[in-house]
Amino acid sequence: MENKEIPKIRAVKRMKEIMTAYYIEAKTARDSGKKVAWITSGGPVEPLIAMDIIPVYPENHGAMIGASKMGVDLCQKAEAMGYAPDLCSYARADIACAPIDGGPIGGLPRPDMLICCNNICGTVLKWYEVQARFFGVPLFILDTPFCHTAFTPEAKKYVLCQIKEYIQFLETTTGRQFDHDRIKEVGRLSLQAQRLWQAVLDMSMNKPAPLSAFDAFFHLALIVTLRGTQIAVDYYQELLAEIRERVDKGIGAIPTERYRLLWDNLPVWYRTKWLSEKFSSLEACLVADTYTSAWCGSLKYINEDNFLDSMAEGYSRIYLNIGIDEMAKEIIGMIDKYQVDGLVMHSNRSCKPYSFGQYDIQRIIREQTGIPSLIIEADMVDERNFSEAQVDTRIEAFMELLGGNKTALAG
Amino acid sequence: MDSMQTFREAVANPLAYAEEYHRTKDRPLMGYLCSYAPEELILAAGLHPFRLFGARGNIHRADAHLQSYCCSLVRGVLEEALAGKLGFLAGVIFPHTCDSIQRLSDIWRLQAITPFHADLVLPVKLNTESAKIYLREVLSRLKSELEAWRGITITEDDLRGAIAVMNRVRRGLQDIFERRSVSPGILSGADLQSIARASFLLDRRELSDQLARIGDDLRGKGNGTVDNGRKRLVLAGGFCDLPEIYGIIEEAGADVVGDDLCTGARAYGGMIDEDKEPLLAMTERYLTRPCCPAKHQGLTGRGEHLLRLVREKEADGVVFTWLKFCDPHAFDYPYLKAFLDQAGIPSLVLELEDQLPGEGQLQTRFEAFIETI
Ligand code: SF4
Ligand code: SF4
Repeated sequence: MENKEIPKIRAVKRMKEIMTAYYIEAKTARDSGKKVAWITSGGPVEPLIAMDIIPVYPENHGAMIGASKMGVDLCQKAEAMGYAPDLCSYARADIACAPIDGGPIGGLPRPDMLICCNNICGTVLKWYEVQARFFGVPLFILDTPFCHTAFTPEAKKYVLCQIKEYIQFLETTTGRQFDHDRIKEVGRLSLQAQRLWQAVLDMSMNKPAPLSAFDAFFHLALIVTLRGTQIAVDYYQELLAEIRERVDKGIGAIPTERYRLLWDNLPVWYRTKWLSEKFSSLEACLVADTYTSAWCGSLKYINEDNFLDSMAEGYSRIYLNIGIDEMAKEIIGMIDKYQVDGLVMHSNRSCKPYSFGQYDIQRIIREQTGIPSLIIEADMVDERNFSEAQVDTRIEAFMELLGGNKTALAG
Repeated sequence: MDSMQTFREAVANPLAYAEEYHRTKDRPLMGYLCSYAPEELILAAGLHPFRLFGARGNIHRADAHLQSYCCSLVRGVLEEALAGKLGFLAGVIFPHTCDSIQRLSDIWRLQAITPFHADLVLPVKLNTESAKIYLREVLSRLKSELEAWRGITITEDDLRGAIAVMNRVRRGLQDIFERRSVSPGILSGADLQSIARASFLLDRRELSDQLARIGDDLRGKGNGTVDNGRKRLVLAGGFCDLPEIYGIIEEAGADVVGDDLCTGARAYGGMIDEDKEPLLAMTERYLTRPCCPAKHQGLTGRGEHLLRLVREKEADGVVFTWLKFCDPHAFDYPYLKAFLDQAGIPSLVLELEDQLPGEGQLQTRFEAFIETI
């Protein structure tokens, strides 16, 4: 095996600059007279941007806490506050940070308001209630009824009505008028960034894949935090060009790509490097994942000419707000698209709606595509739920099985 | 009291009761898991609402579908289904509450466990006008689904009849719990718990008669004063499947005089206005009855309700209980406890694991708590 050094993605540096500037702006919002809204990762951020309100994402904060390995300490603090260790570790870590300004960036800027969209889970409702009580600020809940098999007309009507309530809430909280022309522009930029993000992810259809899911976990930050701004559009344009260049030069994310895998669920933030090296050493590239693609998965429902209204459907039908059979269908689509050999599922103790149903999805995938899968037991932030030895053994065994399959096919 | 005997038997063996019902009555059984299931609609469709409590312990079939970090109610119900023990069910209705039931519904549908399956995708907010409109429409959709499946029309009279039955059931339960709260000595804790439990299982018409009879029997019993020297506790939390908790607390020297549980007052709380359009009246009950933590009715509604309950029942302390891995309840606990602390009300928390602690061990914990009050 030839072990040439893979050139680093240059945009990484730019991303770090943007994120630093973003957090500095958010932390000094008071001085600049801007308002800060905390919002869930799947929540409609565009109206905030259109109102010049700075959106802050506790889940992104959670990811940073996990990546900086501060999760266990903060989770334990939350447990000392009475929160059960079985609760989502993003929520636990964030709740523990608030009173002590803890975590890698000394706490998030205080919110002026909270925007909670339950299209990802029921946890965010409870988490935001906790923070609304703690900070004493108003909470807006955008309730997106779960789409087990359909997005019903009554659900659509309900969400549409709440989009209006959302705008009213923003007007009342800021004392300013909502700018209906501005939202069109923001909506356009948001869509553009989402399309670019999808195009970046699509680059992994190439063999070898120029970027892996581990890269995607990193470059995701802007589509979560800054979609709807020109900054995000510019960034993803730059990233896309760079990744294209890698494709043209035949540069893969890992030196020798023999296996192409699909990752399911959130990253294991405190072990991304280890996992990335592990898979790489076994010549396996995680070419796609269900997590980072969730931020462009409902593009199909968005109507550029009527962004505000079509948002209702777009935000209701995201990956985590649909039945497991539909999730399996999406995964099968990705397996075909990215030519995947195996599925790696992170059974994430923190995230029940993402993890319950994985066994059934695994079965459906096996029955319909014959693709084998591996389940890794872990947690995205709370390292106490991760056993390196066990995960290591499971990955080795799985790759051996895949190797056998490949040889059998080739023979 | 022969009603009491029926209750005890049904609670001791709910599946046997269901099988007998299935054999002898012409009302197909409709299962449900949560106190937000519209029993009135089920009744009006000519069905018998039967609440599923799940198997305790020895769960292995469900392991093929659900991880170990899922609550024992969801795992236990799936276990019973996969073990073929729920063959008497014509269908199950899944009201949308927590993330775990949400996925159980998907699994249930894909496994085609029962001929009929319906999701009742309730709003999560129960305090806005648009949520109210949506909730009524969701009930209306379920009504149409039941009609299509049964090949019937559920008339307004059918609904009114069912509402009357359920109102009678709830009035009966409220009356018994109220009397018992005033004079705990008139009915043992174990019997009270059996009554609460049985009310999810028994034929609702028969039940409403039985409850009325029990209420009549209790009338005149007891001295009508609260002070009998024993400590008075409120039970708060989620699904409580500790079969003997009332009895154990009694042995430990206190009486349960009120509750905020989904297997208790949250289910029988609130009446339906019989003068209003039925679906609207049902909707209004959901918006005003004590709220489950998976739903939103303001930021401090549940805390205020708990304080009110403790004061109304003149309770000395609160025992919190919920199943391990139950997110909604675990999230609310610190704030509820802070509410109580501020008011100087002592509390104890009991998280129920898959394996129940021994009775003796529990009694010791309760005794220690009661001593501190
Ligand atoms: S990790 Fe899962 S449970 Fe936690 S906030 Fe995200 S979607 Fe919700
Ligand atoms: S006990 Fe909690 S987690 Fe389990 S079904 Fe009930 S609300 Fe959901």
